[in-house]
Amino acid sequence: MLEVKKLKKVFNAGTVNEKVALSDVNLTLNDGDFITVIGGNGAGKSTLLNSIAGVFPVDEGHIVLDHVDVTRLPEHKRARYLGRVFQDPMMGTAADMNIEENLALAYRRGRMRTLRWGVTNAERAKYKELLKQLDLGLENRMSDKVGLLSGGQRQALTLLMATLKAPKLLLLDEHTAALDPKTAQKVLDMTQKLVGENQLTTLMVTHNMQDAIRLGNRLIMMNNGHIAVDIAGEEKQKLTREDLMALFAASSGQELANDRMLLS
Amino acid sequence: MTQVLLGAVSLGLLWAIMTIGVYITYRVLDIADLSVEGTLPLGAAVACMLITKDTNPYLASLIAMLCGCAAGMVTGLLHTKLKIPALLSGILTMTALYSINMRIMGNSPSVYILRKPTVFKPLQNLGLDANLSMIIVGFVCAMLIISILYWFFGTELGSAIRATGNNQRMVRAQGINTDTMKILGLMISNGLVALSGAFIAQNQSFADVQMGTGSIVIGLASLIIGEVLFNSRGFYGRLFALILGALVYRLIIAMVLKFGMNPNDLKLFTAITVAIALWLPQGKEILRTFTKSLKKEAA
Repeated sequence: MLEVKKLKKVFNAGTVNEKVALSDVNLTLNDGDFITVIGGNGAGKSTLLNSIAGVFPVDEGHIVLDHVDVTRLPEHKRARYLGRVFQDPMMGTAADMNIEENLALAYRRGRMRTLRWGVTNAERAKYKELLKQLDLGLENRMSDKVGLLSGGQRQALTLLMATLKAPKLLLLDEHTAALDPKTAQKVLDMTQKLVGENQLTTLMVTHNMQDAIRLGNRLIMMNNGHIAVDIAGEEKQKLTREDLMALFAASSGQELANDRMLLS
Repeated sequence: MTQVLLGAVSLGLLWAIMTIGVYITYRVLDIADLSVEGTLPLGAAVACMLITKDTNPYLASLIAMLCGCAAGMVTGLLHTKLKIPALLSGILTMTALYSINMRIMGNSPSVYILRKPTVFKPLQNLGLDANLSMIIVGFVCAMLIISILYWFFGTELGSAIRATGNNQRMVRAQGINTDTMKILGLMISNGLVALSGAFIAQNQSFADVQMGTGSIVIGLASLIIGEVLFNSRGFYGRLFALILGALVYRLIIAMVLKFGMNPNDLKLFTAITVAIALWLPQGKEILRTFTKSLKKEAA
């Protein structure tokens, strides 16, 4: 489904602030893989996701999505393959437009925008049904501006938008990090449900070890722009926090010392 | 007095078309576009030159509008392809248009179309008075334009343009080219401004290379007056409020002139009005906390 080959990304090249964010990253995702990505600050997790999404060009390597080399494609052209949810709940929706308009924008992902109506009545019924399943009461607020919703509601809506038209690959970039624990849990449950129902191939960045271990069928730990740990299948099922820390120490030659990851 | 008021209303309706153009960039796209200061006289120059060459005034106005669209496209390309900040892109187009407008008018700062047919003439020939025929043409045009825009911004394409002014990252994630949307928005906006310029020139029987000076501030003043006085939730209502805002602005100007203000002070007056209006949202907040603390002290 996704093939990342020898990916390299350097920020501020040639300046004192030069930072190698990704170096020689190789990664192959199979259909239906649900991969959790964990790592400290500056490990390259978000850079990896943004490189795949085409937010910025990469310096070296190739990205192949569904047998198409998308390395040189601009962000909006890759969007047809991708569903994305960002860390910032404000990022995934248009605040001054209402709920149904936002959903309608997502429903047309990867399609030419024409002079047909932006939202049709048939769609409205469909959206209402889908919103009902979120169980947030949003089905009765379809003409409310998204700016009026809470962060959690907006993130749930973004998640629905990202999966409305089943993407080849779902990219979740710490999408629960900005939410309170209870809401975060709810959004995570929803993620599991939507991914499971639609059999979506998923890359989910998180800083929460527990979530990384609990969710998905494969776990990747990143460090200094490399993939330090990559475990899947049964091995992943039996994984504990202690195992993960030991694996990290063995592969990177250093102790895992990141409060944000260890405390959560 | 009635003539003054009627004159203000008719002029207001012609400027309303320009205000709608400013709204599309300033509110919908969230771009302060200064190219309008050049596209207003561009529309005037193109329409007047064509009319002096005996072109049908309706066709001349349409061509003027298309020229405005082209100018808007230049601003859009400067901004999106060359990555020049929007404000500066507009200033560049505006500056370049000064020379272009002079060339269109045959290297002269103004062109007169006295006794030539204009878009207002057919109604005048039916025996209507000049102001009244202007009001009818202006009103019909303005209503037609807001109806078309109301439809357009409800379509897939229009929704994509609105979303671009809201959250570009989200729009790109939905597979929409934000550069194209910005260019389209700037083209529509500047097309309307040029059309407004064409009408204004036909009304005053001449085009002047300087007539765009300060027009962005006039547009913003009308827009803000419309929003403050006729606050509306629906999109159609908001567009209609722009027309009313442009009317009220012209009435205010007519009044202060009537009461003896020096016409040269008008631009200063308008700039101060806009500055206060833009400050108003923050000002309300400051005033609120201030009165609150006063009440607290009193208690």
